[in-house]
Amino acid sequence: MKELESESIEIIREAVATARNPVMMYSVGKDSSVMLHLARKAFHPAPPPFPLLHVDTQWKFKEMYTHRARMVKESGMRLITHTNPEGITQGIGPFTHGSNYHTDVMKTQALKQALDMHQFDLVFGGARRDEEKSRAKERVFSFRSAGHRWDPKAQRPELWNLYNTRIQKDESIRVFPISNWTEQDIWNYILQERIPIVPLYLAAERPVVKFNGQWIMVDDDRYPFKEGEQAVMKKVRFRTLGCWPLTAAVESEADTLEAVIAETLNARGSEREGRMIDSDEPGSMEKKKQEGYF
Amino acid sequence: MEQLHAKDVLAFVEGQGKKETLRFITCGSVDDGKSTLIGRLLYESKNIFDDQLQALESDSKRYGTQGEKMDMALLVDGLQAEREQGITIDVAYRFFSTEKRRFIVADTPGHEQYTRNMATGASTAHVAVILVDARKGVLVQTRRHSRIASLMGIKQVVLAVNKMDLVGYDQLVFDSIVSEYRAFAADLGFEGLQAIPLSGLDGDNVVTRTENLAWYDGPSLIHYLETVEIHTASDRGAFRLPVQLVNRPNLDFRGFCGRIAEGTVKPGDQVRVLPSGVRTTVKAVIDGFEEVGAAHAGNSITITLNDEVDASRGDVIVAADRPAEVADQFEAKLLWMAEHAMSPGRQYLMKLGCKEVTATIMGIKYRQDVNTGGHMAAKTLELNEIATVDISTSAPLVFEPYGTNKLLGSFILIDKLTFETVGAGMIDFALRRASNIHWQALELDRNARAAMKHQEPRCIWLTGLSGSGKSTIADLLEKRLYSQGKHTYLLDGDNVRHGLNRDLGFTEADRVENIRRVAEVSKLMVDAGLIVIVSFISPFRTERRMARDLFHEGEFVEVFVDTPLEECERRDVKGLYAKARKGELKNFTGIDSEYEVPESPEIHLRTTGLTPEVCAEQVLKGLQ
Repeated sequence: MKELESESIEIIREAVATARNPVMMYSVGKDSSVMLHLARKAFHPAPPPFPLLHVDTQWKFKEMYTHRARMVKESGMRLITHTNPEGITQGIGPFTHGSNYHTDVMKTQALKQALDMHQFDLVFGGARRDEEKSRAKERVFSFRSAGHRWDPKAQRPELWNLYNTRIQKDESIRVFPISNWTEQDIWNYILQERIPIVPLYLAAERPVVKFNGQWIMVDDDRYPFKEGEQAVMKKVRFRTLGCWPLTAAVESEADTLEAVIAETLNARGSEREGRMIDSDEPGSMEKKKQEGYF
Repeated sequence: MEQLHAKDVLAFVEGQGKKETLRFITCGSVDDGKSTLIGRLLYESKNIFDDQLQALESDSKRYGTQGEKMDMALLVDGLQAEREQGITIDVAYRFFSTEKRRFIVADTPGHEQYTRNMATGASTAHVAVILVDARKGVLVQTRRHSRIASLMGIKQVVLAVNKMDLVGYDQLVFDSIVSEYRAFAADLGFEGLQAIPLSGLDGDNVVTRTENLAWYDGPSLIHYLETVEIHTASDRGAFRLPVQLVNRPNLDFRGFCGRIAEGTVKPGDQVRVLPSGVRTTVKAVIDGFEEVGAAHAGNSITITLNDEVDASRGDVIVAADRPAEVADQFEAKLLWMAEHAMSPGRQYLMKLGCKEVTATIMGIKYRQDVNTGGHMAAKTLELNEIATVDISTSAPLVFEPYGTNKLLGSFILIDKLTFETVGAGMIDFALRRASNIHWQALELDRNARAAMKHQEPRCIWLTGLSGSGKSTIADLLEKRLYSQGKHTYLLDGDNVRHGLNRDLGFTEADRVENIRRVAEVSKLMVDAGLIVIVSFISPFRTERRMARDLFHEGEFVEVFVDTPLEECERRDVKGLYAKARKGELKNFTGIDSEYEVPESPEIHLRTTGLTPEVCAEQVLKGLQ
């Protein structure tokens, strides 16, 4: 654990030492929480010398917004939020436009807009190599061309702990400090360090409906109930957090961190199982990454 | 796995936190079953979730190469292009853990054109698992993989003889492969070599030993990986902290942040900042949010110092009584990773630890053939080639030989224009030690300034008739030297007569004074470390002699640009000969003023029939 922590802090410091205008993606989820914690350790007693960026699809769980406000206050960092204005004008949402289109406009396009608007040359992301197959070959310092595109064949070799951080004008780097962490490491570290997380990760009675065979929590009045359909109360928790209509809950009795970890260890399904975008079509994550998705 | 209960989680997590991580690399060619073996490791160690297994089943039907069996390779071949072509084209990192250890596997391709990928994976690996197909035995690629592993400093190697199921689990086949390999690997510097017969497809000896291989009494692959000793940055070595950044939130706090490359540190320790050599003591050691009593090799920390010393990113804070070496010329092994070849003389950015400097490859000693191990002469280095080179840097670097400390002995080279990573290197030793420069201020003299420019300062004095081609040759010569990364300056009538010497005319006395001033200026420039090219008619032997006497032995290079008068007069670029013939120009060399031919110039250019390019080339050759 100490080795993982030290490696991640080394990566964060190396990025900050060489970047002109860095920013940290903050999705409010557990990986972001760990990454933020590591950044705070890296620069203690100063606050991390960069802002947090939250690409807000306006479909996040309410509890995530509460948690976000708390962490911004605690860390003393500046928060930048960005929502794709075209998405708002067109009223884009996962129910009306489908998960693919919603994700593209409200996440991928919105992210590119935010990066262009603020001229960030280095962006920290919380992706891990164990999440998905195309992530396993991702570099720690991953290069994006002027249009934020990812070319898997044009990535630089990374030897030892020597990261080549040089970029041309208009190019940018995505840096993944927790590349070598597994889901298990994340939970263990959250417990060991007592890192605050959104309560949605712990089981509680919540109103849910069956949608495409999975439990979706009805977080506000935008859920398009069918005739006669209504939410039921179930004790559920979330293994990952994203837009509420795109993140499935699992039935669980695990209402403490310890219980969640026990359940995770005993689990037979990976955390991305609850994510709807990975399984759209073969190589779907790889394609999204090439287009600029994290 | 046993079901875990919430009440036991804290103890479990503490146990997990203490687990060591073993990083290993698997090498083998496409057909050796490497991806299948890794897939098998993940599967057998219960690190595959149910939904991933389902995806594997559907992928096996779509892309699989194993018929009805599940194709384990599909668990690890990540990019779609690879899955469709059935090859691994990049380094993939995979994670699994057992009760004893966490593992990070670098899965790298085996083809020769992917040597750089294998080197990348090997650079952080503790152990190399070298796969051999039992039916094929030790191949050229087996030797190549072993040599790269050895070069990258891997000390522990597993010879995994795979596909034993296809040779009827025959012990004789295994024994003969192992003895051939042992003979070959004897001089590769491996400290441990474990040969294991196995079948990645069926799982024999991957996690558990099976009846099929009952004659084998060694460990299974997993058992070996769980128990092999891990060599990492050691606490036993002397303290080395490369400074990544200086954290200065306010005037009261100045923290030096970095990851300890070797040794330990505690408050009160005597340290030195290299390369300056300034001594001080450690005030506090901060690990995360806490001040701690000590920190160890591998920890990312911040330290504060008791004196206001100047230390910045790229410096290294070291134990005062055991400082690291400082040098600016090295012998190193270099792996070339770019499409365009490396030629000596070009400048690159070099990153070692947290320091970036400009570096020049001064020469290739020999290229190493990774297939045969043979040494070969080479003028350039192509993609995936490895050579032993001499390298010099624009500023002194704090380093350790790669064999002593990988973190302070490894470097990458970056193209100055494209910023691609073009080379990876490992320092063998310093060619010219600069270890004294942190004891006292450097004596700044001609040698020190020249050393910083990596060149021998020279005064190249071109003499010859007007129109003989001096300026053209001087110009070409300077461009050639510049492209080799040399620091030069060209002095000729144009830039001297209009400034420094504009008070001088063309009387004999003025011409003597003209040459004296040019010679003195050249001397200052040579003292500054430059290569000065002087292009003046300088017709008189005594003045040339006077110039020569200002310089050290060997510094003054007289070049006689020997073009017959008739030819100069025929060219008459500026129309001066015509004017002189008409008597409009007095004291014109060759017409009414004598040109005293040099008696023993260092370089005699007989220009008749030669292009200016060839002449410039002859001067370059003459300089070496």
